[in-house]
Amino acid sequence: MPETSQTVIVPVPDLIKQPVKVSRLAQTFQEIKKNKHYYILMSPYMIIFTLFTIIPVVFSICLSFFYFNMLEFPRFVGWDNYSRLFLNDDVFMIALRNTFMFAVITGPISYLACFLFAWIINELSPKIRAIMTLIFYAPSIAGNVYFIWLIVFSGDRYGYLNGFLIKFGFILEPIQWLTNENYILTIVIIVQLWLSLGTSFLAFIAGLQTIDRTLIEAGAVDGIRNRWQELWFITLPSMRPQLLFGAVLQITASFAVADVSIALAGFPSVNYAAHTIVTHLMDYGTIRFEMGYASAIATVLFLIMVGANKLTQKLLRKVGE
Amino acid sequence: MTLNSWTAVFRIQKKLNRSLTVSFLLFLLLAVFGLFMAIPLVYAVNNAFKPLDELFIFPPRVMVNNPTLDNFFDLFALMGNSWVPLSRYIANTLVITLVGTFGHILLASAAAYPLAKHKFPGSQIIFSTVVLSLMFSGTVTAIPNYMMMSWLGWINTHLSIIVPSLAFPLGLFLMKQFMEQIPDALVEAAKIDGASEYRIYWQIVMPNVKPAWLTLMILQFPMLWGSDGGNFIYSENLKTLHYALGQISAGGIARAGVGAAVALILMVVPITLFIISQSSVIQTMATSGMKE
Repeated sequence: MPETSQTVIVPVPDLIKQPVKVSRLAQTFQEIKKNKHYYILMSPYMIIFTLFTIIPVVFSICLSFFYFNMLEFPRFVGWDNYSRLFLNDDVFMIALRNTFMFAVITGPISYLACFLFAWIINELSPKIRAIMTLIFYAPSIAGNVYFIWLIVFSGDRYGYLNGFLIKFGFILEPIQWLTNENYILTIVIIVQLWLSLGTSFLAFIAGLQTIDRTLIEAGAVDGIRNRWQELWFITLPSMRPQLLFGAVLQITASFAVADVSIALAGFPSVNYAAHTIVTHLMDYGTIRFEMGYASAIATVLFLIMVGANKLTQKLLRKVGE
Repeated sequence: MTLNSWTAVFRIQKKLNRSLTVSFLLFLLLAVFGLFMAIPLVYAVNNAFKPLDELFIFPPRVMVNNPTLDNFFDLFALMGNSWVPLSRYIANTLVITLVGTFGHILLASAAAYPLAKHKFPGSQIIFSTVVLSLMFSGTVTAIPNYMMMSWLGWINTHLSIIVPSLAFPLGLFLMKQFMEQIPDALVEAAKIDGASEYRIYWQIVMPNVKPAWLTLMILQFPMLWGSDGGNFIYSENLKTLHYALGQISAGGIARAGVGAAVALILMVVPITLFIISQSSVIQTMATSGMKE
């Protein structure tokens, strides 16, 4: 239990002086009593957090070993849900492949885009910097404005892309962008990227502004000649905490693609071309009411997300070393 | 324009380690992608003011020629005839957004203060749990959440949207990181003067983290403002503005103009809030880094 191991704050010499042995549990209890105000301050948040985040995760993991349809009493089925998921569910395999495609493309690209644009914007004068920040950040908070892209990729000749391509003679007939398996995934990725300059982008802009100028001047004395060297040897290492933070947000978002896919490609999409783990989860959770099976999907998603995050954190610690 | 006059416009000086050519290329890149980001939004704004004939012009145009407010009048006329009045949807969204946002700021900061400034049994594990919860999205917990709501009897009430949003982990994380930079001396001094922990939180810490309030607001507000009630709300008179507007746009071609007006209303509010709070948000984000 990490809880008890951290709480032994009583220094060793003190223990030697005291002839009376105080058990660890009693010590912890004393500590808790002394700090009771802090627990009271934290309690409203922690109760809600426990009820709607911690318990659901644990519950979801447990439920994934049961058959449960919301009507009958749950029946224990062991690893059945998982074996069915990985061995007997073709659609899940499509969803898994699509999700990884999204994540592998949108995750790193959006992360690099967040950093690259923040880095360029940082060189501008404060007023233009504020305007550019707004332009790049706005799509991510503009609500469901991404349905504008429906008009861009609309399948008739009034769609912007079709209209443009026909006008300039690239194609003769409009292309059904959103119902053609070959294009759907790419289109969802483009729109997802458009939406993805969010909180991490702001964190990078802020991080770049707090870099110590004297470090850069000292670097110039030590032989740093151009912006790329400055970027690698000074900027990136000074921003490592923000880089870690941004990575967590971008990775989590890139594995959770669903809304954009549903809005653009429909649910379910043509031949499951834009089906993701999340839409698969919605299919079983809110339409088929196979809660145990849906929980197994949720657990797999949870493990993938946390695993990808932990792995990236390890890699990012090597930046600039 | 020559390169020199461009640099004058953007007030680019020859700085340390910077070559002008590369700067120019990078700014060009920024401009190109800036257009890619901005055009859909500009188009969304323009569409709301387009008369019918311009909405369906071929080839399509981004900018409006003869701006009109007809789409907005149509929207209100349409909503005036609906079974549930538009004002009801607006009220529902406002209740959810305001209670959710202010409640979140209050609860997250109350929880962040002990974590940022004090060490006590369990503080580390609580914070690592919050950081861990940043690493997965809400969809993972959707199913047990629904059961929890139904067990609490909160299905078809606004509580089902508001309450879970109060404990949004990103808010606690950012608030805690920002509070850490308040000098310990300030908290200690108040303690010596006999202030209780609650008073320190409310009168010393809270006024010092105003930028973080605005940041939590800008993260929470668009999320709740854009909420359509999800799976939790099915009574028409409890549904949100976003849901009502979604139903209108579902009218397709016939409602294209009204749909555009709706999209404009939905996007203007969060963007305006961000314009107002931008500098505070950047200030807070400077402390957002994760320790290794």
